[in-house]
Amino acid sequence: MSQVIHQDEHYDEEGAKIGMWLFIFTELLLFGGLFIIYSVYRFRNQDAFHMAAEELNVTVGTINTFILLISSMTIAMSTSALQKKQKGTTILLLEITFMLGLIFLINKYFEWGVKFDHGIFPGSQYMMDNLSQGEILFFGLYFVMTGLHALHIIIGMVVIGFALSGVSSGRVHPHRAVLLENAGLYWHLVDLIWIFLFPLFYLIH
Amino acid sequence: MQHEKHHIVPYRTYLLILAALLIFTTLSVKITAIELGGLTVAAALIFASLKSYLVLTYFMHLKFDKIYIRIMVGFVIAVFLAVLTITFIDYSFR
Repeated sequence: MSQVIHQDEHYDEEGAKIGMWLFIFTELLLFGGLFIIYSVYRFRNQDAFHMAAEELNVTVGTINTFILLISSMTIAMSTSALQKKQKGTTILLLEITFMLGLIFLINKYFEWGVKFDHGIFPGSQYMMDNLSQGEILFFGLYFVMTGLHALHIIIGMVVIGFALSGVSSGRVHPHRAVLLENAGLYWHLVDLIWIFLFPLFYLIH
Repeated sequence: MQHEKHHIVPYRTYLLILAALLIFTTLSVKITAIELGGLTVAAALIFASLKSYLVLTYFMHLKFDKIYIRIMVGFVIAVFLAVLTITFIDYSFR
């Protein structure tokens, strides 16, 4: 046990940031692998992907894109606010980001709900009977990739929750901002993935 | 205390980047609505790349961080593109 009473807690901002980036790289390659699967299947089933993509609602997709882009800006601003020593603004911006994440998920819930009502979900008998192999592949990839992305939104919201409690308790302050910065990096990663998911599933038909 | 020379990004910069991102999104929706055949895919991917460039550079602070992080990100993107290319070469010559 340490005899030193006044020992500075270990803090390595650059190390923490590199760690976060390395984790982000693994995430990028995880989704990258899925994107490669998508592009190969699209290449082999062009007409089926074309038809299946028409089923997706471009308006809902666009609204969700706007929501995520705005939330990315608010969390980026929260870092600036913390450095400007505006604690209240930092907390408000983080709360807005959290709420926007929640709205994204609610939209996603209804969007998936409509698909389920139409009999489009993994393993549905309707799909087996009425859709071609290529269309089933499209919706399989759609559910896996947007589902995995939604899971990342949920994790991102938990991370924002930690940053939020850190800022309000004072553990995260302008000289120890890395928790907030890394929460921001993670949230931007989620945004980055959506930037590619949106055109590939909703727009290209 | 460490001697951190933190670059505080002004709110205005973030607002401008958001405006650009929203404009690119709207444009990509409008352009892909037109039937352009193979060009649709290219247009959608070009806009997505532009948007991700802005997010990485400004929101993810690559512009203000040390250069080696940018190099690492570039390397990861290069690895991804290499794997994608090799996969498609494989499929095209089967």
